[in-house]
Formats: sequence, C-alpha cells, structure tokens
Amino acid sequence: MIMKPIRVLIAKPGLDGHDRGAKVVALALRDAGFEVIYTGLHQTVEQIVEAALQEDVDVIGLSILSGAHVPITEKLMKRLHDADLDDTLVLVGGNIPDRDVDALKALGVAGVFPTSSEFNAMAAFIRERVAKKETVA
Amino acid sequence: MPDKIRDVILESGIAVKPVYGPDDLDPARKIGQPGEFPFTRGIHPSMYRARPWTMRQYAGFGTPIETNERFKFLIANGQNALNVAFDLPTQMGLDSDDPLAEGEVGRVGMAIDSLADMEVAFDGIPIDQISVSLTINAVAAPIMAMYFVVAEKHGVPLSDVRGTAQNDILKEYIGRGAWIFPVEHGIRLIGDTIEFCAHHAPKYYPVSVCGYHIRESGANPVQEIAYAFCIARAYIRLGLERGLNVDDFAERLSFNFDIFGNLFEQVAKFRAARRLWATLMQAEFGAKKPGTLQMKMIAGGGGGGLTIEQPENNIVRGAYYALISALSGAQTMALCSYDEAYTIPTEKAALISLRTMQILVEEMGLCDTVDPLGGSYYVEALTNEMEQRIVAEMQRVDQDMGGIVRAVSEGAVQREVAKQAWKYEQGLQNGSIPKVGVNRYRLDASQETREVELHSYQAEQATESIRRTREIRANRDQAAVATALKKVREAAANNQNVMPAMMDAVRAYATLGEITQTLKQVFGEFKEPVRL
Repeated sequence: MIMKPIRVLIAKPGLDGHDRGAKVVALALRDAGFEVIYTGLHQTVEQIVEAALQEDVDVIGLSILSGAHVPITEKLMKRLHDADLDDTLVLVGGNIPDRDVDALKALGVAGVFPTSSEFNAMAAFIRERVAKKETVA
Repeated sequence: MPDKIRDVILESGIAVKPVYGPDDLDPARKIGQPGEFPFTRGIHPSMYRARPWTMRQYAGFGTPIETNERFKFLIANGQNALNVAFDLPTQMGLDSDDPLAEGEVGRVGMAIDSLADMEVAFDGIPIDQISVSLTINAVAAPIMAMYFVVAEKHGVPLSDVRGTAQNDILKEYIGRGAWIFPVEHGIRLIGDTIEFCAHHAPKYYPVSVCGYHIRESGANPVQEIAYAFCIARAYIRLGLERGLNVDDFAERLSFNFDIFGNLFEQVAKFRAARRLWATLMQAEFGAKKPGTLQMKMIAGGGGGGLTIEQPENNIVRGAYYALISALSGAQTMALCSYDEAYTIPTEKAALISLRTMQILVEEMGLCDTVDPLGGSYYVEALTNEMEQRIVAEMQRVDQDMGGIVRAVSEGAVQREVAKQAWKYEQGLQNGSIPKVGVNRYRLDASQETREVELHSYQAEQATESIRRTREIRANRDQAAVATALKKVREAAANNQNVMPAMMDAVRAYATLGEITQTLKQVFGEFKEPVRL
C-alpha cells in the first residue's frame, strides 16, 4: 500500500505581513515529506477555508504574529465548522504567549507551536494526529 | 603540534582568524578621517562628542489619544524624537470600520483614519523641535500629507517641516509585507513623494531605505546592505527621472539597518556600508555634496535576535545591540524593547530601552571619541571583506536577477531571503548557531517562565476609533471630499504628482480608506509571487 502524503496548508491570515516563520515552516515540512501549500500574505479566513477545501488538506497551519491570534483562530474554527471541515487538524504558530495556549486549544486548535518550536516535534505531532484521525475514520 | 581550534564562520560567510595583525590591513584602503570621504569612520568629524545620537523609540497603540500620552511620556523622559507606530489597518490603507480591519484596530500601533486622528496624535507635541519619523510605507503619501497639514496647523510651514517617513515600498515586498499596489505603482508613489519634498519640503527625509526588515526576514548582513543599496539606487533613479539633480535630493534619503548578531561583523558592516555608499554615489551618480555622499542611518532595532524564552535576557541583548549601534556611528537609535519578541512595548519596556541608551551616553564613555574601534586589525580587515562581499551581492542582483525591481516583482529576492532564513533556523535547531536560553542553557519547562508584563490590547479602543471616524465622515463637507478624491484619481491616472491632490483630500477630511480605495481603482493590487 502506498501511503498518501499528508497535505498541509500554511496560511497567513489577516493583515500581518511577517512571513518568515510561515515560509520557514513550509520549507521544513516540505523537507520532512509533507505536501505543503503556502497561501501567501493577507488572506481572509474565508479564503483560507476555500483553499483548504480546494486543496483537500489534512492540516491547516496558521501563522500569526500581530497578536490577533485568538480572534482570528476563533473565526477560522467557526468557518471550518460551517464548511464541514471539522476534522481538519488546525495548528497555530507565531509569537504566542503561554497564557493564550489554553484559550486556543479551547477553540479546537490541536497544537500550538510558538516561535522557535522544533520542526521535528512539529512533523511528528502532525504524523501522529493525522494517523490517529484516519484510524478513527 | 598546534592546539586544535574550532572554525569560526560569520553569518556573512567570512572565516575569522584567531588573531589579526598589521599584515591583514590593505595598504590600498585608506582608513581616512571621520567627516571626510569616504566616511568609513563616521559622517561627522567629531560625531557623538558634538551631539549624541538621536533617541527615537517606536511608539503607538490604540487610538491617537493613548498614543499622544505615550509620546508625551517618552519626551518627558528625555527622548528627543518620535518614531510612530501605526496599526495594520492603517498600514494597509483600511479605515477602522472596514470589515478586514476587525481584530487589528489599534493593536500594533495607533489607528489613523483621517486628519482628525493625526491632529489628536500630535496635540501639544512641539513638532518644530521634535523630529518625527512615520513608520508607514504603502500609504506613506496620504499619511505624509496628513502630517504636513498638521505641521501647518502647528505653525510650521512646509518649507521648515522636519522628520522622516519610512516610505520604502520595495522592502515591503521582501519583508514586512505591508504592500498594497503593484510594484511599478508602489515605486511611482515614492517618486512623487521624493519630487514633492525636493521642491516643497526640502528639510524632510521622504524615504528611509530599510535593510532592517530584509534582515529580520532572514537575510544575512551582507544581503541586508546589498539589497538596501540596490533599492536606494532605484529610488535615486526615480528622482533623476523627475529631472532632479542628485545633489538636490539624495542627501534626504536615509537608511534603517539591523544590529543583532556578531558585534564585530555588524560594526564592520556599517563601516563598509558607509565607505561603499560614498564611493557608489560619487562613481555612479556623480554626487559631489558631502551630504549626498554620507550614509545616514537609524540602527537600533534587532527584534530578530530576541527570544521568547527567558524574555528578561532580551534586556541584556538590547544593551549589547545599543553598544553595537554606538560603536558603528549611527545617527539615530530606536532600540528594540525586551518584550518585542511578543508584542509592542509596554511603557516599562520602552523606558528600559531609553535608559539603556542614556546609560551608554552618560556613563560608558561611548560619546567621547569617534570610531573607537577604527584601526583595529580585525575590524579593518573585516570592514574590507564585508565591502567586497556587499559589492558582489549587488552585482548578483543586477546581473543574475535583472535588477532589484524585477527581482522583487518576480519574488527572486524573497526566495533568497527565505532560503537564508531556513538555513539560519536549521542552524538554531541543530545548535550550530548558538542562542542562549534556546539551544544553550535552556531551562526545562517547569523552571521556565515566559510570563512578562505584556502590552494588553484594549478592544474598546477599536470601538472608539470606529465611532470617531463615523462622526468625522458624517460631519464634513461631502462635496469637497468628492471633488478632492476625484483630483487624487485624476492625478494618479494621468501620471501627475499625487501629493498636491493628496494634501487637499486630507484637508477635506477624506479618510485614509477612501484615498487608498481611490488609488486602488487606478493602480490595482499587487499579486504576490508565492513560490517557496
């Protein structure tokens, strides 16, 4: 059996233009064997959900450095639910203070990877969670 | 047998010898005197001995009311210039009540929607004495127009207004990402502001070319200077195309550079850059005036070097960055605050940064003598090596990438920078690039606290911004606004300088969102070349 590669959408929601982290994570995950799609800057939540649908991704990685991670993620989770994409694994990266991690997880975010998180841990986390999801399905 | 020693390779790729001596100096390269061509040692003969660097901490959040209070606090504590932070909706030309602005109003800077906001922001600020830097790019033209009109209302005529606008759109496409219009139109607006200032606001610095954000996006120190110089040359050509003489406007272009990293590499970078800039301005553009040949810079930020791990360590990093900047002969310093790895600074963090610089000036003797590292075998050898590498990188842009404008339009520079960022990140993760608290001396999770006091976002300030803007829109002369916006559209479409029409539009209280929308109708929007 040939394993289908895991598809990851790296998305830059909102107006924040700091894309170093998004690009670096995209390159790291691609190197780790994932199929990675990068949205580019200034995406609305609606555009991100649309891209997730079109590209049939398993994972959405949001990169946010403006501090607006909670309101943006909240909006995305609602739209994903509306689009029947609840089983998409959502990860959030950026300059996320410890105090906001629980709030993001309460919104349904699977994992939070603040600045300087290790790529290996990120890749392992995605593999494990996507595999688990497929076993359940 | 000699002791085994480890190799040292700087970020710029230069191998460092364990010791340097007289043989490492290049006899053909004269070090020269400060204040004299090619200004390796500094642009003034007595530098900080005559006047310490200008201190200009980045500040702005919430509505103009809160920002005005922060400005006054910083000035009361000895800051002698302002560096204005705008929120993302303002940077992107959106009014506070635009649906796309939701969640971002007043978050990373202050929200400016119309002239009324600008009036409040500078209320009671002596802008004839305090030089103000506006960190604004894609919509620099309307924001500058607002500032000029506020200055007029303070009794400062356009011919006397001082200050700086960042207004460097090419670097926005490479790093920072606050672009709106396609590259050719983004550049054209820069040309308009340069031309307008050369004729009407000759004391104003219309552009601050930023290597800073390019380096923050991943570029190494050589790429930082090389790309910034390529960009600066592109802007100078704009001025020449408008019929200006290089010596009549180019001295009003300044630079904004980054200072994190290896201390000696950064000092050498700046010394090399000053020498190269003077040489280039003379050889390529025939510049003669000393002011045109002198590379003037703000240096002090270095957010990319800060860590979210053990954030208090960033206070120490900030102090070393300030030292680098002082040893490098910067004209202005805007030091990154220790909480910058998380968000915009609290009042406490901003004050610590200001005190860090004041301690250097008052207690450490950094202002006593010019270029104190000048003549060091190591620093001089490194300066020569950096200069050669910057020249080579500039040639690569010109010859291999078709020049900076094409390289940016097609995303070639962006890919180079992302590649470098990826390489650096791999170095951090495998430990070959040391970072204290991250890959060295890391605390385990139970010991580590990342809890520092952070600037907290006040959502009600966004509501207030929206209320104020709706009130302004309801109570202005609508016919005057419509006429003014029509003139902006015509100037944009007919390739006339947009600045006079822009001044009239802001005077009529047309909002930033309305002006930007008008320009978008003519220019369209940039399509990002997304290729990894």
